[in-house]
Amino acid sequence: MNTQTPSPKPEQPATRLPSSGGAPAGRWLALIRHRLVWPLMALALVLIVDALISPGFFNVRIVQGRLFGNVIDIFYRAMPTAMVALGMAVVIGTKGIDLSVGSIIAICGAIIAWRMHQGDSHFVILLMALAAGLACGLWNGFLVSVLEIQPIIATLILMVSGRGIGLMVNLLYGGTNPSFTSPLLQGLSVGSLGLIPTRLIVGAVIFFLLWLLVRRTAFGLFLESVGGNAKSARLAGVNARFVLLSAYLISGFLAATAGVILTADTHTSDPVSVASNIELDAILAVVIGGGSLAGGRIFLDGTIIGVLVIQALTTSILTSGLPPEYNLVVKAVVVLIVLLLQSSNMRAAVVSVLVRRKA
Amino acid sequence: MAAIIELTGISKAFPGVRALDHVDFGVEPGETHALMGENGAGKSTLIKVMTGALQADGGTIRLAGKEIRPESPGAARAAGIGAVYQEVNLIPTMSVTKNLTLGRLPRKFGLIDWGAARAIARAKLARLGVDIDVERPVGSYSVAIQQLIAIARALEDDARVLVLDEPTASLDANETERLFEIVRDLKARGLGIVFISHFIDQVYRIADRITVLRNGRRVGVGTTEEIPSLKLVSLMIGRDLEHIEHQRPLMDTVASSKPILTAKGVGRRRLLEPFDLELHPGEVVGLAGLLGSGRTETAKLVFGAIRHDSGEIRIDGHHIASPTPKHSLNAGVTFCPEDRKSEGIVAELSVRENIILALQSRRGWLRLLPRREQDRLTSEMIAALNIATPDADKPVGQLSGGNQQKVLLARSLVSNPRLLILDEPTRGIDVGAHAEIVTLIRELAAKGLALLVASSELDELLAVSHRIAVLRDRRMVGEISGAEATREHIIQTIAAS
Repeated sequence: MNTQTPSPKPEQPATRLPSSGGAPAGRWLALIRHRLVWPLMALALVLIVDALISPGFFNVRIVQGRLFGNVIDIFYRAMPTAMVALGMAVVIGTKGIDLSVGSIIAICGAIIAWRMHQGDSHFVILLMALAAGLACGLWNGFLVSVLEIQPIIATLILMVSGRGIGLMVNLLYGGTNPSFTSPLLQGLSVGSLGLIPTRLIVGAVIFFLLWLLVRRTAFGLFLESVGGNAKSARLAGVNARFVLLSAYLISGFLAATAGVILTADTHTSDPVSVASNIELDAILAVVIGGGSLAGGRIFLDGTIIGVLVIQALTTSILTSGLPPEYNLVVKAVVVLIVLLLQSSNMRAAVVSVLVRRKA
Repeated sequence: MAAIIELTGISKAFPGVRALDHVDFGVEPGETHALMGENGAGKSTLIKVMTGALQADGGTIRLAGKEIRPESPGAARAAGIGAVYQEVNLIPTMSVTKNLTLGRLPRKFGLIDWGAARAIARAKLARLGVDIDVERPVGSYSVAIQQLIAIARALEDDARVLVLDEPTASLDANETERLFEIVRDLKARGLGIVFISHFIDQVYRIADRITVLRNGRRVGVGTTEEIPSLKLVSLMIGRDLEHIEHQRPLMDTVASSKPILTAKGVGRRRLLEPFDLELHPGEVVGLAGLLGSGRTETAKLVFGAIRHDSGEIRIDGHHIASPTPKHSLNAGVTFCPEDRKSEGIVAELSVRENIILALQSRRGWLRLLPRREQDRLTSEMIAALNIATPDADKPVGQLSGGNQQKVLLARSLVSNPRLLILDEPTRGIDVGAHAEIVTLIRELAAKGLALLVASSELDELLAVSHRIAVLRDRRMVGEISGAEATREHIIQTIAAS
């Protein structure tokens, strides 16, 4: 038998840009190619502009035993969107999209107000709201993975019907007075543990658990392989159907947690306008964070930075004294700039300019 | 007679593959010239160069003696070269008129003159002897009529060359005969026709001359009398591997042990006739046959990528009730698909992630392979298979074809298979990697693995296989082993009809 090992083949020279500037230039190039650099730069840019136009923007003080200040406020307000965006990052990683997250929040809010009215235990109500989110995710996942409906259409169904379902739930008790108070839910939403607002802790725990699931089990690899090439993944033994279903379950569950926070914050169920356009902010955050709608990659850290960019922008427009009418257009322009900076063509152009200057 | 179109010394390279290597090809007026070759031989590339869809790296194209450089299919068509591709390039929801005049709509006072457009459409169809309602959408007609509409669209008034790429693939016998009448009629009017088909009998019914391509080179040209079907098949698949010693695998140690795979009457309606197959440890069985004969289907049925609807598959004597890729993997069977891009690699994921994917899915999602273990397996495989990559975290999509193939092999090997199914393991990869993979197959068999190898290259199969199962028209027609396993015998088995 021929046991000759394959003869070594000359290593193909990897195509590298001419880094004639030596080691420092090489490190500089490596740095600006890191995937988190652009989202972080966008965030820094927004914050620097803030510091220039409103002195004292970064002041943090303690009021009534908890932290206050613009920076804390950005984190605080970003939390619901951050939870939704993390779920969205998972779904987008599988080449999908979940448009129904705002409607899931509306349904959870309606269920919370309804059961409060019926006098259930608040802890049971919390579990019911989360279960409702899972049920919504199951529905989306069923449409996408079993019936193989395109995700944008499949989740559009719940997006359209969800707010209506919320209104119908309100009708179950006449819908006259959907407001409520709950020490447990409001504690989770607007309370604080020591100096830190509770919802920041809830958000951090969710991020950590999701990170464990995606990066410390093989689940992330399966998600990304299904998003990158579902056929290949299936032939490599990955249960693509189960993986897809789970992605929508996660998104539904995380939308429900955002629903609990938002509903407790407003003390009421308002299915028509709660979390309107949150799906668009969430998608935008994923994209700013480096995710691609073509699927195949999940960036949880980038997504959080993306959410912070969007929220920092909103907060700074409000604090800058710019008339609120300008809010949406300014936001759109800044997002456009961020995305232009992220486009690989634009990036290549920037890199080539830098290299030319070094040479 | 002077050629109407003459391609000389055409070369074209893609990253990692030399698709065409100084190919000459000429068609005379009033001639039907068949262009033959297996998948990846370079037929499509040559056609694309001829019709302006691709630009050659080297060589010249002369049309009626004048050198041309078609920049786009539109330019080629304007010059008189029309082409109809396998997948009909019409817009099914639009009317026949619109499809036939799109981009060249007649105008009157700046507005579209629909009356004139309809007249043009009818005239174009009339040249082919077709009389249909030109206002109905194209999609409402049969595939055969759509094929004719596509031809009408490809033929400008002064067309001199018509390329037909697998025009009969979805036609029945009557429709094919009608198409051939039209081809003969066009031929009689002095057009040069390029005909591509994998139906060998059709080639002998319609073609005057044949050019055979293999691995980007022209390996034969002549009239249909000069190249009878036996010679044609042998030219198409009989590749000489000078760089691989023709050492036949030893037969003795094998067949005595208990079989790993037993397939009895496994088949699927309209896909593959039921077949029997046995594989023992240390044995390599080749699957030979022409394009479309059922090689890939056999491999996929055994792996469970396609469900069989008759017969049963046993691995180690255990009946696999519902074979799926996952069940097969758990039973120690792995599969490297033919179509690397769409069924093999996950382009965005790194070399490491691609290599561990099958092993990880066998372990389940909770038991993540420790990173240290992942790195060890990956660097082991990179060294053992000589994968040329700067590091293990490079996205696989950025590697060359041969290295992607090795990554797929590595994915199979790290999951410790007992039966390895390879579908076209050397398709589209360079000669060096080709030899390495052939050597690897032999080494794996020597270590006691069972291998099922489907390949369009006969000499490759002869070099690695203990037995060769021959397929023809989606049916296993014979199993050849021992001294009988010669090129001639296999070609006879394939060509016999």
